[in-house]
Amino acid sequence: MRSLKWITLLLSVVCIFCSAGCASKQSAETAATVTVWHWMTDREPAFQELAKRYEAKAGIKVDFQLYAPSDAYSQKVRAAAQGNTLPDIFGILGEKRDFSSFIKAGFILDLTPYMEENSGSWKNNFFAKALAVNEFADGNSYGVKAGFYGVPIDIMTIQMLYNKNLFKKLGLNPNKPPETFQEFLDIGKKLKEAKMQGLVSGWGEVWMIDCLANNYAFNIMGEKKVIATIRGEVPYTDPDWIKVLSLFKDMQESGVLANGLVTMINKTAEQLFANEKAVFAFNGSWCVNVYKGMNPTLEYGAMLPPAASSNYPMAIWGGAGSSFMVNARSDRKEEAVKFLKWLTDRDQQAYLSEITNNLPANKNSLNKIPDILAQFAKGMESATHPNLWGVSEYSVVIETLDKGIQSIIIGEKTPEQVAAEAQKMKEREMAKKRR
Amino acid sequence: MRISIRDTLENYAFVLPALIIFSIFYIIPFINVFLYSFLDWDGIMRIDSSNIVWFTNFTEAMTDKIWWQSVWQAGFITLIALTFQNALAFLLAWACDREIRMKNFYRVIFFIPPVLSEVVVGLVWKWILDGNYGILNSWLVSLGFPNLVKDWLSDPNTALTTLAVVHCWKGFGWGFLLFLAGLQTIPRELYEAARVDGANAWQSFKKITVPMMVPVTVLVMILTVLGTMQIFALIYTMTGGGPGYHTEVPVTRIFASMRGSSRFGYACAQGIIFGVILMIVSFIQYRFSKKAKA
Amino acid sequence: MKSVLYYKTKKTSLNIIIHLFLLTVAVTCVFPLLWMISSSFKTQETIFKDMSLIPQSFHFENYYQAWVEGGFAKYFLNSVFYTVAVVLGIIVISSLAAYAFSRLQFPGKNFIFYIFMAAMMIPIQGSFVPLYVLLNALHLRNTRLGYILAMINVGLSTSIFLLKTFFDKMPKELEDAARIDGCSKLGIWWNVALPLAKPVLAVVVVYNALNVWNEFMLALLIFDSRPLMPLQVGLMSFQGEFVTKYPLLMAGLTTAALPIIFVYLLMQKYIVKGVTAGAVVG
Repeated sequence: MRSLKWITLLLSVVCIFCSAGCASKQSAETAATVTVWHWMTDREPAFQELAKRYEAKAGIKVDFQLYAPSDAYSQKVRAAAQGNTLPDIFGILGEKRDFSSFIKAGFILDLTPYMEENSGSWKNNFFAKALAVNEFADGNSYGVKAGFYGVPIDIMTIQMLYNKNLFKKLGLNPNKPPETFQEFLDIGKKLKEAKMQGLVSGWGEVWMIDCLANNYAFNIMGEKKVIATIRGEVPYTDPDWIKVLSLFKDMQESGVLANGLVTMINKTAEQLFANEKAVFAFNGSWCVNVYKGMNPTLEYGAMLPPAASSNYPMAIWGGAGSSFMVNARSDRKEEAVKFLKWLTDRDQQAYLSEITNNLPANKNSLNKIPDILAQFAKGMESATHPNLWGVSEYSVVIETLDKGIQSIIIGEKTPEQVAAEAQKMKEREMAKKRR
Repeated sequence: MRISIRDTLENYAFVLPALIIFSIFYIIPFINVFLYSFLDWDGIMRIDSSNIVWFTNFTEAMTDKIWWQSVWQAGFITLIALTFQNALAFLLAWACDREIRMKNFYRVIFFIPPVLSEVVVGLVWKWILDGNYGILNSWLVSLGFPNLVKDWLSDPNTALTTLAVVHCWKGFGWGFLLFLAGLQTIPRELYEAARVDGANAWQSFKKITVPMMVPVTVLVMILTVLGTMQIFALIYTMTGGGPGYHTEVPVTRIFASMRGSSRFGYACAQGIIFGVILMIVSFIQYRFSKKAKA
Repeated sequence: MKSVLYYKTKKTSLNIIIHLFLLTVAVTCVFPLLWMISSSFKTQETIFKDMSLIPQSFHFENYYQAWVEGGFAKYFLNSVFYTVAVVLGIIVISSLAAYAFSRLQFPGKNFIFYIFMAAMMIPIQGSFVPLYVLLNALHLRNTRLGYILAMINVGLSTSIFLLKTFFDKMPKELEDAARIDGCSKLGIWWNVALPLAKPVLAVVVVYNALNVWNEFMLALLIFDSRPLMPLQVGLMSFQGEFVTKYPLLMAGLTTAALPIIFVYLLMQKYIVKGVTAGAVVG
């Protein structure tokens, strides 16, 4: 019966630990605390520091809680919405359609009154495009009342990068990156001869393909036609779309794409570019921090994707990098809004930008950013973003298109086949009469 | 002998804790998932009668080409696991069953892959198999086989098989353990007797080893099928289901429905269909095993 | 007649081949572990540049940094606690149930058993969210108890299956002897069945310990307060949204792998005897 004593001992330890867990939970909630859930691992130390400063200044404790990776974070937010346990401040990752669902379900506070007060003083601090990502315009197709529902805390753009050192090795001018698509393809020939790897990017993660394809779509047929396609007025089998899809085939054949691109995750792509194993990269402005950590001596520049057509301007994706929303059902809404105002103020934005090498969302905080980041910032002028268009494409159609592009790159399907498949999927979804 | 009421109640008390926990934490969520599968729902909005679509999700899943492709691909990996992985496990167990030194050393080493987290396994193997810089390809070149060099994880012809091999690598440890245990309980006297009777190695293998190993083999087979069909984390970290749809499996599809398209109801329907498929397969295996035991 | 030398050479060469085979497989098994350990001593810059297995310079401070920055002390304790609690819970609950399914009679026994088996075959992928809502309604969300109960449920079916299969093969004579001596059913379970089942119990321990120790998703969903999180969630803090601190991650993963290897080492001597008795005899 000695073992019985052991078991009893263990059981009592279990019970003590369990009750200890309960106690700590309750004590944290009695103090007036604003709870923030975020997924940005890289900014956690910066956030903690800012929370300390805010507490010293305003006397309110801000509890930043990190849940990574972002997939898990999204799941947690959804589960919490279901269980009605959302925190005071949180972010919504993903498409605008999900954002609109959260708003319509009553989880997100309408920030328009706060933005507009004092003749829009808060609103005017931001880059227009950064704020627009969190805005729903009049007559938007999601059925959401017009207004601002989120606060951007940084901006980012997604552009192409090139390695200046490797350019020199190839005999190219490191200060003149390719401007036309044909120039880009020609470099591919040189890469094949020199046996070097060309473009790396996280094209295993489908959305990155979508980004580039979309950029070229804007370039070839113009914004209006792209949006008309999403609305269902123009089919994907339109010759302009086939042109867009064929670009990928051309890139693959010219040798300007790196091997293994179709299953590459972005982290691997970043690692390859940082270690000078690839000449080009397609990545977002967050990469500045990543490359610095892996290879501070890397010499590289940013450029727009080389234009395939001169009919319309080249577009890139840009806008708010990360945004926070306020829980409409929270008891501490007012404190939450006050905190977000402080967080997006000039000094705090400058601090964040400096520590994390990201672009600030506040126009007035652009004091000292590294040169390479400035190149990214310049790209904001040509930037667009799916969240700005007022309509969203069906996810299954996007998946069909992007996986189809992967098939084009590995030579399994033709652009025409992929276009037809995408159009079929689109018609199927439209017939369903979604809410 | 009639069992008294008191006796019956006592017996129920034995299963009560398990039943309670099971009912609360499995049955109730299961009923939820079952009900959700009849809805067209994104997981966020309030549910009302307009969400009910009855069997639409099921019919859509049944006619979804990609879904069945993913099921077939998972089945392919499972077939490789059933043959290659279990054959390897058996061979290793047989080798360790003989009186060789370092038997215990091997027992521990072979169990390291199951213990390692998926993160490490995904990272390391991705690095080894990388088309441009992976060491597998550099070894092939230095050994004189440059034409065998491939983009293992990105080439549609090799991606699925490569993933299957990595999965087998991670999983054979359990099979090895079970087979070893089975082999070690076959009484040595049987082999001695056979040798005295003039049987050679192959004959004793056929007449003694194989029949006595049937039950263990069945157990390993069932567990292999159940475990392999549900493969997810490895695929997600190594290829994301690509290139194209070449390495998609049912769980990655369910995950895509939940996360990408926010089609929660559809994801639940897929999950239920998957569960039914697994049940059918397990049932067939079980019947087959009963016949084999007889 | 073949000479003794012939047989001896044959045996030795066969042994050599066998050893080569075993060693090759062993190397592939050990390689990732070695890579993980060696990477944990490198720096963020050298980790992908320095391809050798033995790092050019050893940065032991990675472990210290991972421990401190990752807040490992409390996460580690939490993981140990959850693993021990869940394993204990499963052993008690599933062995009670398995014994009942195997040796006791009550109406509906087979039906209930098949439901448990079906659960093993129908895993529910989307069940995390309903589970979360349920725990919330029961006020068990963000509590240690809630997580433990949910994790006990996860391993229940397989454990019951393994144990019942063993109990079925257990010789009845020992039980009858105990009953004649006046043991209650519970007494038989405690004094006869469990000790005999030590080997199978070892399998159950390793299986469930591995599951709980490596579990990540449910913990992330259920827990809101840092002090309650297990180790795997803590490790995630090194996998940044953009920057993954590889050396620290590797140090963390190595630290996480050690205890579970330790558990396996402890249990493995029982396992061989155990699964044996459960599976082989007919």
